[in-house]
Amino acid sequence: MADPAAPPRPAPDPVDARFGSPLTEGLRTYRLVVAMWVRSTLTYRASFAMALCVAVVANGLDFVAILLMFSHVDRLGGFTLGEVAFLYGTSATAFGLAHLTVGSMDRLGRRIRDGSLDTLLVRPVPVLAQLAADRFALRRLGRITQGALVLAYALTVLEIDWTATRLLMVPMMLVSGAALFGALFVAGAVFQFYAQDAAEVQNAFTYGGTTLLQYPPTVFTRELVASVTFVLPLAFVNWVPASYVLDRPLPLGLPVQAAFAPPLVAAVCCVAAGLLWRVGLRAYRSTGS
Amino acid sequence: MDATERPVADLPAQRDGQEVIHLDRVEKVFEVRRRAGLLRREKREVRAVDGLSFSVGRGEVVGFVGPNGAGKSTTIKMLTGILTPSAGTLRVAGVEPARDRARLARRIGVVFGQRTTLWWDLPLLDSYQLIHRMYRVPDARYRENLDRCVELLGLGDLLDVPVRQLSLGQRMRGDIAAALLHDPEVLYLDEPTIGLDVVSKANVRHFLADLNAERGTTVLLTTHDLTDIEQLCRRVMVIDHGRLMYDGEVAGLHRIAEVERTLVVDLATEMAPIALESARTVKVEGPRQWLAFPAGQPAAPIVAEIAAGWPLVDLSLREPDIEDVISLMYAGRSAG
Repeated sequence: MADPAAPPRPAPDPVDARFGSPLTEGLRTYRLVVAMWVRSTLTYRASFAMALCVAVVANGLDFVAILLMFSHVDRLGGFTLGEVAFLYGTSATAFGLAHLTVGSMDRLGRRIRDGSLDTLLVRPVPVLAQLAADRFALRRLGRITQGALVLAYALTVLEIDWTATRLLMVPMMLVSGAALFGALFVAGAVFQFYAQDAAEVQNAFTYGGTTLLQYPPTVFTRELVASVTFVLPLAFVNWVPASYVLDRPLPLGLPVQAAFAPPLVAAVCCVAAGLLWRVGLRAYRSTGS
Repeated sequence: MDATERPVADLPAQRDGQEVIHLDRVEKVFEVRRRAGLLRREKREVRAVDGLSFSVGRGEVVGFVGPNGAGKSTTIKMLTGILTPSAGTLRVAGVEPARDRARLARRIGVVFGQRTTLWWDLPLLDSYQLIHRMYRVPDARYRENLDRCVELLGLGDLLDVPVRQLSLGQRMRGDIAAALLHDPEVLYLDEPTIGLDVVSKANVRHFLADLNAERGTTVLLTTHDLTDIEQLCRRVMVIDHGRLMYDGEVAGLHRIAEVERTLVVDLATEMAPIALESARTVKVEGPRQWLAFPAGQPAAPIVAEIAAGWPLVDLSLREPDIEDVISLMYAGRSAG
């Protein structure tokens, strides 16, 4: 290897031959790093179980607030308890899934400040995958569990005329919703490339977004509903498709076809977030901070 | 074969056949914006690296030194693909760093003295296993490299310890091992001995010298500690204000600026200045005396000589700092 008489290496390098495309390497790295954190978390089973219970209870209190509200009124913005529980359950579960998979992105600002982002940039795998998998917190399953319980409650009390389309709509909402929130986490992280203490702003949109969606669109002003439909399309997480499932008119008088748009909207948002991420990372690499 | 014993004459020959690092008129300009009023913003250009050109041949160990803010870190960041240069061309191991960052990362190892590349909360061995998979190092090769590093860097007892619980010296050794598991062609070390005790420093230097001699790994080392340079490198580059001020043999640096270490000795009583062949007494203050000697020379014989001839109570050694050398270079330049 160190023989000075050896000719320069031929073109197709054996080192590069070991690696796949950036997407393959990114997904693989994500899996590897997540698996490592999960193993490390499960080393302390008791402490993990406790953290998970705390997460379920703490998030559960959130829904208790809604229950308390319904002890005084029968309807909220024209929605029954079951219907609000449906909105709550879909929003919380979709957000929980995104929070679990890419919620660590909000540490980007701190990593830029302390310079540790550079250590990710010298590894042969996409930074986004490394950052998303970093400190993967299994206790975030607590939020998903709580959201799923509320959703299950909603599905038992609601008297819905279950057609195949309505039935398929529920998992579709959760997957698209998780992708939408995931895109929001990534886009929010990009913001931290430019303003390094912007984690709070990001939280306002992500955590704030999920809280907003837990209430019926009818309690908010038309302008607010329009902005979360057309500007930051969070309404596609549940408000728009849920209206179809609950057999209600769509918000803003949208045509019924809009209820089937979430997968498309989510895909567009993910691509946009990915492009934004590239722009942000490029900006970081040309300025250093 | 010991790297330090190779004749100096083989240097240029090494360079034209097997160039590993090449920079041609590389510049990095930062635009610093600051608020100069309620809405008005002032733009200011900071030229961190200003037309830097050099090349490093395969198997060289090169010291890259300069005062704080000289452009060292910016250059290293461009060489590792972290930063994109504003102008000029760079090639490392046949790859253009800014364009092909991931491909470059497969071929280089990076150790940042100030921050770890390891996973802070995970045991050291977990970090190594992740690196093994992430760099797709063939299993046998990984085993071999890990065993070697564990043995030579004394990591055996530390593998199960979470990185955050390691001392600075242990963590540094852990980081060096992490940077070498994938057989990098080039190893960048940014202040690898900063904050380490004397024994840890010696261990790290010894390991690096062996690595270069046995594997032919090219090493680029930034440091404040001139002893690192003296003991590891034959070639040194001095950078200041983003420009190369000196590029050549370490010995040549001494000709420009005589670099000295200082031995501070406490004698039992106040005495006349110690007279030695190998060191000159530069200062006497009561029972304490300061002796300067060339940085390349070992301290032990001098200490032995003093201990034999004088009532020695205590002593300490002050290493020369790179800032000293640079100021000496400036002084020498303006005088000559």
